[in-house]
Amino acid sequence: MIEDFAARFPYIATAILLVIGLYGMMGKRSLVKQVIGLTIFQSAVILFFISGSLLEGATLPILHGVHGPEHADPDDFVNPLPHVLMLTAIVVGVGITGVALSFLISIYREFGTLDERELLDEMRK
Amino acid sequence: MDQIPVFIPGAPLLLSLVVPLLGRAWRRSVFPVAALGIALSALASAFTLDRVLEGGPFRYWLGGWAPPVGIEYALDEVSAFVSLAITSVALLALISTRRWAEREAGDRPGVFYGLALLLVAGLTGIVLTGDLFNLFVFLEIASLAAYGLVFIGGRKAMVAGFRYLIIGSIGGTLYLLGVGFIYFATGTLSMAEAQELLGSSESGRAVQAGAAFIFAGLGLKMGLVPLHLWLPDAYEHAPSSVNSLIAPVMTKVAGYAMLRMTLSVFPPGYFTGAVPIADALLVLGLIGIVFGSVAAAAQSDLRRMLAYSSISQLAFIAVGIGLGTPLALAAALLHVANHAAMKGTLFLAAASIRLRVGLQRTHNLAGLGPRMPVTMGAFAVGAVAMVGIPPTAGFFSKWYMAQAGLQAGQWIVVAVVLASSLLTAVYLFRALEQVYLRPAKPEPSGRHHNGEDAEEHQPPSAAPPVRGVVARASEAPWDVWVPLALLAAATVALGVFNAAIMERVLLPGVTP
Repeated sequence: MIEDFAARFPYIATAILLVIGLYGMMGKRSLVKQVIGLTIFQSAVILFFISGSLLEGATLPILHGVHGPEHADPDDFVNPLPHVLMLTAIVVGVGITGVALSFLISIYREFGTLDERELLDEMRK
Repeated sequence: MDQIPVFIPGAPLLLSLVVPLLGRAWRRSVFPVAALGIALSALASAFTLDRVLEGGPFRYWLGGWAPPVGIEYALDEVSAFVSLAITSVALLALISTRRWAEREAGDRPGVFYGLALLLVAGLTGIVLTGDLFNLFVFLEIASLAAYGLVFIGGRKAMVAGFRYLIIGSIGGTLYLLGVGFIYFATGTLSMAEAQELLGSSESGRAVQAGAAFIFAGLGLKMGLVPLHLWLPDAYEHAPSSVNSLIAPVMTKVAGYAMLRMTLSVFPPGYFTGAVPIADALLVLGLIGIVFGSVAAAAQSDLRRMLAYSSISQLAFIAVGIGLGTPLALAAALLHVANHAAMKGTLFLAAASIRLRVGLQRTHNLAGLGPRMPVTMGAFAVGAVAMVGIPPTAGFFSKWYMAQAGLQAGQWIVVAVVLASSLLTAVYLFRALEQVYLRPAKPEPSGRHHNGEDAEEHQPPSAAPPVRGVVARASEAPWDVWVPLALLAAATVALGVFNAAIMERVLLPGVTP
């Protein structure tokens, strides 16, 4: 039971974070909290990729140095590709958050509120 | 000549960086440069399509790096054709809405055209790429540009744009999660390699879950029922220069990405196992077709009506994937191009009407037909094509889809296709009846303003009174109606040449 849980821990943690993020985006009235939810949602996927590339007892994927000049056994190295992908994904996420925050500033200047229900009332007028 | 494919997303991408800077120094140069960028992209697509038809599909390695290390563009009949279709429609839409962009982009046209170029770069990138992660990056490039473009449409567009951003980002993130499952199962991000590896091994639960995440994410981006809630608001409130740009192409490309997943990532017969994605797409698609048509019939605002009708038409693509036979997939691809042309025509006509009379409610447009002959003629062609009357484009994709449904023994597809045609006829012909058969409302005799007719969507410049506007209206300027007429002609041409397109381009592209 405990071992099962430990083996699937990254999946469970990802799922919990995804649900928290979704709740933030769908259940919260404040647009700021929705952006926070979005950030948590994206972080969940980033953590999922990183945990998938983990390898116990392995090291950085640098060929020369730690293991001697000729050593190249793949089991001794952490898979670098997911890390690189996540760098790009983080940049994309920062871009989205930046755009979202700039939207919030404009919305606040225009409507004077960031409460979703009040905004929807304004829209209907 | 070998380097031509890189210009398809490359030219608009590079110019999207140049244009905002150029806009500060020399404002008048912005529009020609942006149009040039998209025209280059369309030209490169045409060359690529020609090369594919002559010599068969080929692969382009970015920077010369071979796939497991580098990113490849998969250039086959399908991607080249769709890329040509969306760049041409985007170019015509950009030219035709130049006057709107001048008004709506205010004193920063450079930013507006920069975003438009970024949108086209992202969309063509999605269409061409043969790499799962690269598709995510292009998807987010296109989406970010679209959020920004929707947002500039004024008060209501701000809220609609923010909701679009939140929901669109959920879609993109779900797609990335699905790619993670596939990557950890196969160890590759190249679509071609993933298909080989997935085909040779027993498909595990993890990969099926990944597929479900990918399709849910793309479903959100394309507005598949019940994930469509962001779409009507975003399309209605977006600036006129924007919704005729994003409505024909943006959601279609998400649908194309779904087709690409079906064709080049997951091996055939993959979606019918423990996670019945094919059945889910078929059912949701059929519901979406009916729901979109019924909801469109209930709208009085022209643009909102067209937005709901987009939901209905996009659901056709989902039905095609759900059926999964080569004929159904080819029909769905034909529908991608057809719908881009038809919806582009209708949205451009709506923008042209707004430019001339500032009105949007269908019942206020009575008698406009003789006043704006080209605009309303194009609108009529688009409407006839949407309903699906031969020889326009819309008939043939529906016809092939119904045939595919019969072959698969799914009678309900035929019934729904027919029913949707009738429903489409209800709402579009009602608009046409107003425009052509009703007399224009006369000039108001007194000063009292009829509150019921008052429109909430006034153009930002002047707010004309509703009555009498139609009677004084005249045809839009030539640079508005020429691209519109071209697009309407393309709608007919796509229908007339449908057999050639299907046999030479689409069917070879979908049969492995």
